Amino acid sequence: MKTLQELEAIRQKTLDRISMRKEDKEVAVRIVIGMATCGIAAGARPVMATFMEEIERRHLHSVNLTQTGCIGMCRLEPIVDVFTPDGGKVTYVNVTPEKVRMIVADHVVNGHPVSEYTIGAVDAQA
Amino acid sequence: MRDWSLHLLDLMENSLRAASTRVELSLALSQDGALDIILRDDGFGMDRDFASLATDPFTTTRTTRKVGLGLSLAQHNAELTGGYLELLSEPGCGTRVHICILTSHIDCLPLGDLAQTMASLILLNHDKTDFTLDMSSPMGSEHFSTKVIKEVLGDEVALNEPEVITYIKDLLSEQSQTVFGGILL
Ligand SMILES: Nc1ncnc2c1ncn2[C@@H]1O[C@H](COP(=O)(O)OP(=O)(O)OP(=O)(O)O)[C@@H](O)[C@H]1O
Ligand SMILES: [Mg+2]
Repeated sequence: MKTLQELEAIRQKTLDRISMRKEDKEVAVRIVIGMATCGIAAGARPVMATFMEEIERRHLHSVNLTQTGCIGMCRLEPIVDVFTPDGGKVTYVNVTPEKVRMIVADHVVNGHPVSEYTIGAVDAQA
Repeated sequence: MRDWSLHLLDLMENSLRAASTRVELSLALSQDGALDIILRDDGFGMDRDFASLATDPFTTTRTTRKVGLGLSLAQHNAELTGGYLELLSEPGCGTRVHICILTSHIDCLPLGDLAQTMASLILLNHDKTDFTLDMSSPMGSEHFSTKVIKEVLGDEVALNEPEVITYIKDLLSEQSQTVFGGILL
């Protein structure tokens, strides 16, 4: 059973980490997921959950997950925007949990966008 | 949608778009298999005329497309089981969606992963909105509130820390098993 003591331990651990984090200048990557009906029906929730798992597993504490609504390209959902500290923005379309693992490994961690999953690549095919 | 937990995620997204600071979800299963789902928010609401049209797919305040499917799809799936969806709203006060579904009906969608629905919403909206989840059935009842979690965490630790979200997800999985395990799950 999950207990409040367990939550208290998480709090303590996080506090310790936050106080250490202040020293190094980590820069934030922002990830935005479309969560309207079109996105949810197409699988936005498992996509979001996979981002969360990868962030936790790889201790990517400077990555920020947020949501947006429908941007009018419903057939391309789930749609994910990745904003990097250099001012770059890459839009990924028809995202799946497998694609999320690649996007995190190549783009978020190593800085190389996965071009075959981007909106440009998919539009060129259509 | 594949299951009710996805419908509920979608309907709570409506609440968030209406700038709610409180979103309260409750699911009560009775002995005969009727599941009453009540979603309350304190968002900006709708006037009566608009609310009476809101379950129509051609009613939406979205500007990116001409259809709004969330409410109409949920209503359709409730009616397939012999149940219904009822919408009450008050401009400036909030909205209440009541969905009644008959879980014994062959066309009833599965409940799905409520814990993942709540964890996703909390992860993405913890700074603006408090969430509660109440579940009950003949097997028992459980209560969850982000306020309780916030009290333990204090000001320095945010709810969207990955470890906290995982904790919340596991807690809610346990709670839903306790209440619905063996019946709906
Ligand atoms: N909780 C709420 N508070 C205020 N207004 C709401 C609420 N729920 C729905 N509405 C209004 O009803 C309309 C229809 O909702 P519905 O979920 O069916 O479609 P949508 O949200 O517009 O689009 P979609 O769900 O397909 O992404 C919304 O555009 C909004 O104006
Ligand atoms: Mg909607």
